[in-house]
Amino acid sequence: MKSRNSLTEKVETILASLPAERRHLVLFLHRVQQELGYIPGEALRMAADYFAVSPAEVYGLVTFYSAFRLKPGCRHEITVCQGTACHVRGAPELAAELSRLLGVRPGQENPEKGVSLRTVNCLGCCALAPVVVVDGEYKGRVQKEQVPKILEKLTVKT
Amino acid sequence: MIDQKKRLRTVGELRALRSGLQAALKPKRLVSVSAASCGRASGALAVASTLAEEIKKRGLEGSVELRLTGCHGLCQLEPDVVIFPEKIFYPNLTPEKVPLVVEETLVHGRVIPELAFKESSGHQVFPRLDDLPFLKKQVRWLLDRQLVLDPGQLESYLEHGGFLALEKVLSGMSPTEVINLVMASGLRGRGGAGFPTGLKWRLAREAGQAEKYLICNGDEGDPGAYMDRGLLESNPFSIIEGMIIGGYAVGAARGFIYIREEYPLALERVSTALDGAREAGLLGDNILGSDFSFDLELVRGAGAFVSGEETALIASIEGRRAFPRQRPPFPVVRGLWGRPTVINNVETWANVPLIVLNGPAWFSSVGTAGSKGTKIFSLVGKVRYTGLVEVPFGLTLREVIEEVGGGPEPGRSIKAVQTGGPSGGCLPASLFHLPLDYESLQAAGSIMGSGGMIVIDENTCIVDLILYFLRFAREESCGQCAPCRLGTARMTGILERITRGEGRPEDLELLARAGWTMREASLCGLGRTAANPVLSALRYFRDELERHVVDRECPAGVCRGLISYLIDKSRCTGCLLCLDSCPVAAIAVADDGYPTIDQKLCTRCGACLAACPPGVSAVTKLNRKENRAGEKPGED
Repeated sequence: MKSRNSLTEKVETILASLPAERRHLVLFLHRVQQELGYIPGEALRMAADYFAVSPAEVYGLVTFYSAFRLKPGCRHEITVCQGTACHVRGAPELAAELSRLLGVRPGQENPEKGVSLRTVNCLGCCALAPVVVVDGEYKGRVQKEQVPKILEKLTVKT
Repeated sequence: MIDQKKRLRTVGELRALRSGLQAALKPKRLVSVSAASCGRASGALAVASTLAEEIKKRGLEGSVELRLTGCHGLCQLEPDVVIFPEKIFYPNLTPEKVPLVVEETLVHGRVIPELAFKESSGHQVFPRLDDLPFLKKQVRWLLDRQLVLDPGQLESYLEHGGFLALEKVLSGMSPTEVINLVMASGLRGRGGAGFPTGLKWRLAREAGQAEKYLICNGDEGDPGAYMDRGLLESNPFSIIEGMIIGGYAVGAARGFIYIREEYPLALERVSTALDGAREAGLLGDNILGSDFSFDLELVRGAGAFVSGEETALIASIEGRRAFPRQRPPFPVVRGLWGRPTVINNVETWANVPLIVLNGPAWFSSVGTAGSKGTKIFSLVGKVRYTGLVEVPFGLTLREVIEEVGGGPEPGRSIKAVQTGGPSGGCLPASLFHLPLDYESLQAAGSIMGSGGMIVIDENTCIVDLILYFLRFAREESCGQCAPCRLGTARMTGILERITRGEGRPEDLELLARAGWTMREASLCGLGRTAANPVLSALRYFRDELERHVVDRECPAGVCRGLISYLIDKSRCTGCLLCLDSCPVAAIAVADDGYPTIDQKLCTRCGACLAACPPGVSAVTKLNRKENRAGEKPGED
């Protein structure tokens, strides 16, 4: 966990890099999440002050857009693409298998294994369907049988 | 900071720079590696670095140029390389195959038949890219340039005629002339609605406010569609050039390129390209010494499908939640910050420089009466060859699916094609004679949309597919208006009930009514079309829906509530691999020594079917429900 002070400083630095115009609010949230891995409540309040909007409006943005999260994620992240091509080529089976092995549903994390499971709307790599992204690395034409190995690799690394 | 030395001050300087670059080109072999997102996911970067090493080892750096390009369009065959000038094509390369390519083709100039593309059926070898059956019916005005361009390099774009169109515009064309030219070409919006681009520009020009904006809609949210990602990653300068021309024509000084955050490489490439254009003085104040000033800003989306709707996109750029609003007023009258705003799709902008340069007659020589030029489709799903295909309007669905896509996968038969994403519908194979244009597909109950084309075969269940789209629509509904918010939830509930095996015959009528209500009463285009997948299924696949609700079976064997697995004792060898494979311990050895499946415990995951050795095949899948007495209703 980062100490509260360093967190505040980081958010302040990000705010200082942006003009205080409302249109930069989404960019601000992107940068905070990039830096901290999530959007802490403190950042919401600071942004509201800086951009002169209510904290509720900032909160509304964070919860409206699926890119942002209010809690820190895990060290590893597995994302299953839910595009149509992936769907007809077996993505639901992959997600189910990952859920089963991790004991969590998409959108949740398994802190013991340090893995968050997510689903995402089409990544646009449809010719490689079904696609799974493991810590930013795209894997195409994934078979259900490969899933245990993917997880094994992650847990060995940690 | 702008490097004053590099900044181009006049059209003449741009011309001189281009001809200097072109003159300096040495006759080299070009090795083009497809390195857009798809290519990278398939290992293109490893292939490229091995190529670089081998080229160096062989001392070929002087005569061979290795270039990481964007998408070649042959996504299924990636990572691939195209070797110029012959356009020798090697699909599915691996680092292990690279030394042979360098030795045989780059050193000795020979084709390696073993590595060339082969038809999966026959022995016919296609060593050159242009010979591929996949390309035969295509007209690749946009895609072909992606074979040779280095996406991040302005110089590369200039070498291949980049900014010639802007040069022409700034060398004496009036804004009205530009608008008239685009109108005469018949270009219509590639995002799906098909509004005439030139007319949109004229309306914005005549809107009579000092400040106007342009937007490039790169929020390509339709699942299964990635034409725009291909263009953004492979040829960002063509989009920038199109927008500069648009800015000149409309009288706008600022524009925004909005790209969804799920496309990190596209964001990176466009950002690089914008810097390059700005440094060269192609964006900014007094472009090429004219009195026209224009600049572009990149905006990163944050994950919301509804942002693709134009009024929602505007809200998103303004830093608000992406809520659509009622139209009219249309954005050309009241758009971003209340100013007249032209929103065009990525592919529309990319077409503009070609039209300006080659003229409206050239552009409209291809296509149908109402739909001119070419259109890129992402052809994916259950076809032999998947990828980005660029075809003239008017080609039939059959030509695209069977001739370009190579037809069904071996041993399968194609059932339908889904076009237009969550706003579109499924068209059965019996309608494959329809020509691809804006009007024909709409008349048939689907839409062309932005170009997603997902082919499905007999193993895809229509109910499962429309449930997929409705779940998507429910998740992505912004929730402002009741017809969409409640309609998508209600329809999802009914469809889930059907896939669980608890459908009722009257459910189909309920679906139709909910769908019509949404179509009539939703606030925005997305809500009005969200029921299209269901309505088109009711129109063309009623039989399959009825099989689900009346006969309680899923012909495709997909809906878990309507299928079951059984072990055929007459074939079983008693190896018990199935028992080991079952994740929920639903398989036990019965008194007779054979494994049996407890239908109450079984989750129909299919692990036992996969585990049973191929020669034995004792586990069989039934497309209907076996007796599951005692099962609690609604449990799944």
